[in-house]
Amino acid sequence: MNPALRAVELSKRFGSFTAVDRLNLEVERGEVFGFLGSNGAGKSTAIRMLCGLLQPSSGRAEVLGIDVARDPEAVKRRIGYMSQRFSLYEDLTVEQNLRFFGGVYGLHGAKLRERMDWALAMAGLETRQELLTGALPGGWKQRLALACAVLHQPQVLFLDEPTGGVDPISRRRFWRLIDGMAEQGVTVFVTTHYLDEAEHCHRLALMHAGRLVALGSVDRLKRVFADRTVLEVAAPRVVEALEAFGAADWVEETSVFGTRIHLVVRDAEQGRRRALELLERADNRPATVAPIVPSLEDVFIHHIEAEAERREAGR
Amino acid sequence: MRKTWAVARKELRQTLRDPLSLIMLLGIPTFMLLLYGYALNFDVKHVALAVQDLDRSAASRELIAAFTHSTYFDWVAAPAAGADLEGLLERRRAKAVLVIPLGYSTDLAAGRAAQVQLLLDGSDANSATTILGYAGALVSQANAALLQRAMTGAGAAPPPLVDYRPRAWYNPELSSTHFLVPGLIGFILMLTAVLSTALSVVREKERGTMEQLRVAPLRTWQLILGKTLPYLVISLLATVLILAAARVLFGVVIRGPYLDLFWATLLYLIGALGFGLLISSISTSQAMAFQVGTVTSMLPAILLSGFIFPIRTMPEVLQWITYAVPARYFLVILRGVILKGADLMPYARQMAFLGLFAVIVFSIASLRLARREV
Repeated sequence: MNPALRAVELSKRFGSFTAVDRLNLEVERGEVFGFLGSNGAGKSTAIRMLCGLLQPSSGRAEVLGIDVARDPEAVKRRIGYMSQRFSLYEDLTVEQNLRFFGGVYGLHGAKLRERMDWALAMAGLETRQELLTGALPGGWKQRLALACAVLHQPQVLFLDEPTGGVDPISRRRFWRLIDGMAEQGVTVFVTTHYLDEAEHCHRLALMHAGRLVALGSVDRLKRVFADRTVLEVAAPRVVEALEAFGAADWVEETSVFGTRIHLVVRDAEQGRRRALELLERADNRPATVAPIVPSLEDVFIHHIEAEAERREAGR
Repeated sequence: MRKTWAVARKELRQTLRDPLSLIMLLGIPTFMLLLYGYALNFDVKHVALAVQDLDRSAASRELIAAFTHSTYFDWVAAPAAGADLEGLLERRRAKAVLVIPLGYSTDLAAGRAAQVQLLLDGSDANSATTILGYAGALVSQANAALLQRAMTGAGAAPPPLVDYRPRAWYNPELSSTHFLVPGLIGFILMLTAVLSTALSVVREKERGTMEQLRVAPLRTWQLILGKTLPYLVISLLATVLILAAARVLFGVVIRGPYLDLFWATLLYLIGALGFGLLISSISTSQAMAFQVGTVTSMLPAILLSGFIFPIRTMPEVLQWITYAVPARYFLVILRGVILKGADLMPYARQMAFLGLFAVIVFSIASLRLARREV
């Protein structure tokens, strides 16, 4: 069976700027695939090429084995797409939006009615059918947008930063819906910059500056820390401490998390001692240094820095 | 077809939801007809005329009567000898002053040429020329009457004067309203039809729903048809309202067959709606679409259609440009069908041009809409 998605050397250039640089990846059917990266990393450009909204500069995108460039209509029938803007008609009611998107996907009669009832139940909007969409709170709009995107029962669902500007409770509820759909066999391809959402994904791809820098399951990505330790440092003069640690050869990586500094070292006990010594010598007190369990953010910073080093070395 | 219907129903719902846009599409055309119909009137009637009769004779009163009994002049004042005639014109109490000097009747009776003077407010050159024409005609009529009386009075047979009786067909009163109303209809329909679709695509672009339509399995023709049909129906309704208003307000009766008028209007509206879609597919914001739509529909329909300025008197370059203005063809058909009572047979060429315009604008618009982002 063909994979749900396949990108082969997929690239997009805007003038001299390369938004996506030779992306290669495969997503299995039924997988929840997370696409992570900061703003401007090329996530949205990549997702838009995969669902046929944007023409690639070079390379190829396939959905369910169909070449997106060659048969976009066949692809469109099989995918659902929901963007960060929740593209709904705010001057139409909930029911009219559903009816319209159903109609555009060729649903009609009893089948349309059945799917609309299903969508309303899924989104928890049964009693709000007659409300104008513009009057709905953000979380509800988001669920309605999802309902509109999956009315036609797509096999692959693209979500481009689906939870932007939505409160945490709505986000959790939204992810329960996504998990449920994945259990039904729908392939979900989701871009996000919320790291907690990445925990819902079976596999993750990390993009940075247009390139894929890491790919794998959450556990596998965290494995880089198997023989390393992350130390969390708290000290009054953060910037000064950061510079000092950056210059120390026993520190592999430094990063700032709020007012704290994370250090990656080989040996936990030795690293802790050296860090405290360094801070005391600089009279940067009172200071604490403690090993922590690495989070996904630590993982990403590690991968992005490693990628930067590789590029530096290759130059 | 079902998908087209889904789009059309959505467009219609959005339009009906917003009473303002419906008023704009239906009410504004009629309102504009009213406004322009009254404002754009080239006829000069009931000119305020002051008469300074220094002769005070039967002959002078006869001449005055010739003026005031016509519908063209209204008697407003009788300034005495030495009165400030210039002030009358300046203060706009009168547009013209007829001065009959002392000795008018004695000159006539003696068989000498008598003199009368007409003072005119020439600041409005158009009306002044027309008034001059009326006055000249009235005076020469009076002359002919005098001449005839003089001859018959001498016992001779009445001289065989040339009896010149012009008849203006289709518009016997040569009323400029009858002439202008078809042009107005063409211009108003163009404006509202173009604007109705000009906003429809760019609005979806601005709100981000266009992207959602692009990922849907919706063919370009389905989108275009779905976006055009509702506005075609609304524009046809506006046409009925305009024609009814033209009849009630200006007495413009449709003499030709309604069905032929319908086909011509349909073709014209389709071209206008397609042109609106084209603008919408090029524009990046609603404000831009509105401006481009207003300028490119209104100006050519007023200036280059033959509505006000005859095409034959335009510089040659402009004449060539008018071939791309659909209002030019529609205007000829409308004048023919409404005023002359013609059917479409003599206007096959105009219909062909209207059809060509529609085909071209829809082709470009669909190419623009089908194009994926590069």
